[in-house]
Amino acid sequence: MLANLPALQVVLPLMAAPICLILRRADWAWAFSLIVTWCCFAISILLLLQVQTVGDISYPMGDWAAPWGIEYKVDLLSAFLLVIVSAIGSVVMPYARRSVEAEVPGPRIYLFYTMYLLCLCGLLGIAITGDAFNLFVFLEVSSLSSYVLISMGRYRRSLTAAYRYLIMGTVGATFYIIGVGMMYMMTGTLNMADLAARIPAVADTRTIQVAIAFIIVGLGLKLAIFPLHMWLPNAYTFAPSVVTIFLASTATKIAVYALLRMVFTVFGGAPLFVVAQALMMLAVVAMFVGSLVAIYQSNIKRMLAYSSIAQIGYMVLGISFISAIGLTGGIIHLFNHALVKGALFMAVGCMFLRLESVRLEDMAGIGKRMPVTMACFLIAGLGLIGVPLTAGFISKWYLVLAAFEKDMWYIAALVLASSLLAVIYVWRVVEVAYFKPVPPGANEIAEAPISMLVPLCILTGASVYFGIDATRTVDIAADAANFLMRGMMP
Amino acid sequence: MSDLVGLYNYWIFIVLMMIGFYIVMAQHNLIKKVVGLNIFQVSVFVFYISMSKVENGSAPIIADGVTVYSNPLPHVLILTAIVVGVATTALALALVVRIRDAYGSIEEDDIEAAERTQEKDF
Repeated sequence: MLANLPALQVVLPLMAAPICLILRRADWAWAFSLIVTWCCFAISILLLLQVQTVGDISYPMGDWAAPWGIEYKVDLLSAFLLVIVSAIGSVVMPYARRSVEAEVPGPRIYLFYTMYLLCLCGLLGIAITGDAFNLFVFLEVSSLSSYVLISMGRYRRSLTAAYRYLIMGTVGATFYIIGVGMMYMMTGTLNMADLAARIPAVADTRTIQVAIAFIIVGLGLKLAIFPLHMWLPNAYTFAPSVVTIFLASTATKIAVYALLRMVFTVFGGAPLFVVAQALMMLAVVAMFVGSLVAIYQSNIKRMLAYSSIAQIGYMVLGISFISAIGLTGGIIHLFNHALVKGALFMAVGCMFLRLESVRLEDMAGIGKRMPVTMACFLIAGLGLIGVPLTAGFISKWYLVLAAFEKDMWYIAALVLASSLLAVIYVWRVVEVAYFKPVPPGANEIAEAPISMLVPLCILTGASVYFGIDATRTVDIAADAANFLMRGMMP
Repeated sequence: MSDLVGLYNYWIFIVLMMIGFYIVMAQHNLIKKVVGLNIFQVSVFVFYISMSKVENGSAPIIADGVTVYSNPLPHVLILTAIVVGVATTALALALVVRIRDAYGSIEEDDIEAAERTQEKDF
């Protein structure tokens, strides 16, 4: 049982999805998915503990030995990502019940949970697999199910948003397999560890260089790195709240992980010496463009979506330093941003449930009408800005440290300046919510139901907790970063 | 000259890929975009299948007098990719059907105009 945990991590949600389809009844499907996601979370915690005590786990699928069969490989970084994804997946589930009831037509709810489990399966699979082609398959499993999830939104624009994401996402994934094909041409293997051993001998060929370009651009589309982010704002804005929470805190993070895995583990960091400066520039532009555009949005969901583009910029910035501290900052920001953005979108989902709107002008006086929700929004918003004692501060601290380590004080200044932009867009909401009177004649609205408030408070609390006591997460991120740096070619 | 003929399959791959990619970007009709996406994906199938061919190699079935075999693995990979492609196309077409129901058009320009004029909420 314990030895098969890596397989169970992925197979459990995969097998559960069709069962969900059979259950048909909305509440049964929900209860079943709840149990499955919590089991996934338990498995990922066990895997992380196992990795921390006994080291990396290698699991040959179907007992086919590694370079020939598909290998599942759990090292510290992938175990950390598994925990992030399954934790968000399981925290969102209790929240999902009321929110999905309100936003998805009743007869389709069981389909919603089927797709949710498939998406979870794909994301977990990307984190755990040690095979370059298998990664593509899981990428498509998660992407196809997320297109469906987005299209289940209540607006007709949900459909066009899903369609555009589908086109962009498929182009990205196809770029990725072109790259994998070229690597296979030169090395004859698809196993990541095996690729890493064989690529140095052929690293200077045109084929491998083109493969690197295809893979970085393909994954860049998936992680919505500026300027490949065009699909993201609409997809996040028009998806059902639960989908936005889940995708914003996991999907782009997993794409960042896939990029790290390919660039560091497979290519030994070699491509970074060529593209690091370009990545750094794009990251800085993303930080500013994302935040500036966010300031001018009057739809809060869209505002947070643009803020996500800026936050992805920070993660990419961390990678582009090519140093252990920078990587630590990038990896820790994966985790912190998942908590913070999850909490923010959850708060917006709560408001939407009661107000039927996510427009800024409808939020007047919401601080008095929904005090707990708005308090969580405020605290998570501070985390987004990076105020000390919140999770966001820890990641920005490491990014600034990395900038100083490389004597790039201007990058540190830019990180701080873009954080100030975050102050502006968070403040806009806070101002309307707390300092504007409730419009006269507005309907009496109650605080969000307890089943939605508890997950919201858990995520908000976690974002504060990991800002105050960050030793555990920083240790994991630092170890993972050192591990990645060790794989680099001298 | 030998590059031109010897790498025939790869030229086809590149041409198909560019045609498909161009259609995806340039066409404003949602169905045509899906067709372009398909051509784009099929080009990758051609690429994978071409690279697995070994000169004078036979199908990978053990038989008397055959010593050189083509590599079967990329074929199997592409089988997976074809399945993914079919699923993507099916989903894309299903979305187009729903979009047509909702907007009464599958032309991107009409849809964007409708989004601009009729929905001021966003």
